[in-house]
Amino acid sequence: MRLSDSGFANGFSMEFKDYYQVIGVERDATQDDIKRAYRKLARKYHPDVSKEPDAEEHFKALGEAYEVLKDPEKRAAYDRLGADWKAGQQDFRPPPDWNEDFGFTGGGYTDADTADHSAFFEELFGRARHAQGQAGGQQHRTFRMRGEDHHAKVLIDLEDSYTGATRTLTLRMPELTPDGQVVARDHTLNVRIPKGIRPGQQIRLAGQGSPGIGGGEAGDLYLEVALNVHSLYRVDGVDVYLNLPVAPWEAALGASVPVPTPAGAVTLNIPANSGQGRKLRLKGRGLPAKTPGDLYVVLQVVLPPADTEAATALYQQMRDQLGFDPRANLGGV
Amino acid sequence: MLKSELNTVLTGEILDEGREITLVELCRTCSVQAETIEALVEYGILEPSGRHGSHWHFQATSIRRARTALRLRQHLGVNLAGAALALELMERIEGLEQRLRIAGSQGY
Repeated sequence: MRLSDSGFANGFSMEFKDYYQVIGVERDATQDDIKRAYRKLARKYHPDVSKEPDAEEHFKALGEAYEVLKDPEKRAAYDRLGADWKAGQQDFRPPPDWNEDFGFTGGGYTDADTADHSAFFEELFGRARHAQGQAGGQQHRTFRMRGEDHHAKVLIDLEDSYTGATRTLTLRMPELTPDGQVVARDHTLNVRIPKGIRPGQQIRLAGQGSPGIGGGEAGDLYLEVALNVHSLYRVDGVDVYLNLPVAPWEAALGASVPVPTPAGAVTLNIPANSGQGRKLRLKGRGLPAKTPGDLYVVLQVVLPPADTEAATALYQQMRDQLGFDPRANLGGV
Repeated sequence: MLKSELNTVLTGEILDEGREITLVELCRTCSVQAETIEALVEYGILEPSGRHGSHWHFQATSIRRARTALRLRQHLGVNLAGAALALELMERIEGLEQRLRIAGSQGY
């Protein structure tokens, strides 16, 4: 397909994207250099394996840059914009006829994720696809098709699983307009987070995916639940763990102490002669479920500092009177 | 945004460990043909119960495994054997990180 109209008549200006910088190569890099650099970064930032912050944003930007630079035709057209532009420059406007000699066939799109590409990409390379989409859209109307399912993650607090909650989500979803273009549209939903939900579980919302085509059924929305990191509790399946600091005399003599739990404070009896790291189980106070989980309180003995005369005297008294050898099991060194 | 839309609270169905989904549901939600799911089963990425084909039932956790494997294949160019290996290693890392979290680093 040959693009005959190359006038960017709408007069929009947008942020310039330096695709070479995104992939981390020089402007004169070979196609092989680009491929190697892209593959390495794709492994680093792939959202399924990456621990990098903002991995997903990075990965999308990489995909967009590679989409252009791996295709010699698109790359040549992009290069024609010149090296004068710097990443992030806001007033970018493509010169008229910049792509005059290039016919983007629109067949080079690897992923269906192009809805995530930037306005910059859309303006330069999106037109061929739109023209194609239009042709495709005509055909679509002659048959019924179920809308696509969508997947998203929802982050909740541990307390939400104990009590249930409502979350408001804004999801960016690709949508097919009546004339066959794919546009990204924000979609706001209020979703009930049921009591007892656990990380890794999914909530399926029937009919909240893409609308069907030609009167077809709408797709579903799948929400995968993940927990925000909690400052006090850690979760393992349905069980919850809490580290509880205790004084040496509380561990040694036993004590009744207040303990926070996600469902509210309780009083815990610490048995006499408890040691560092002892696990005390509060049955049924883990995550709600048919068989509710348990809450494990792990004792952490904290030593008071010997920073006053009285404290020092007490430590000296223990040393002199207890005859305690903490290294008795090290083989008598 | 309509006000009524804002006030509606949607209640979904929880797909937990006990809930199984059919081959058709899995194909639909991964946007793939049945042959692709069969290949995932062949490589041990998914372990369905029931007789082969339309009688297969998958654990709800299969959705995540299947989609991750397919994404790795599509984006990184690994084959399904490589994706299966990556999934196993990722699960081992997840397990180790989980144990680290439970052991905790505070209080010492």
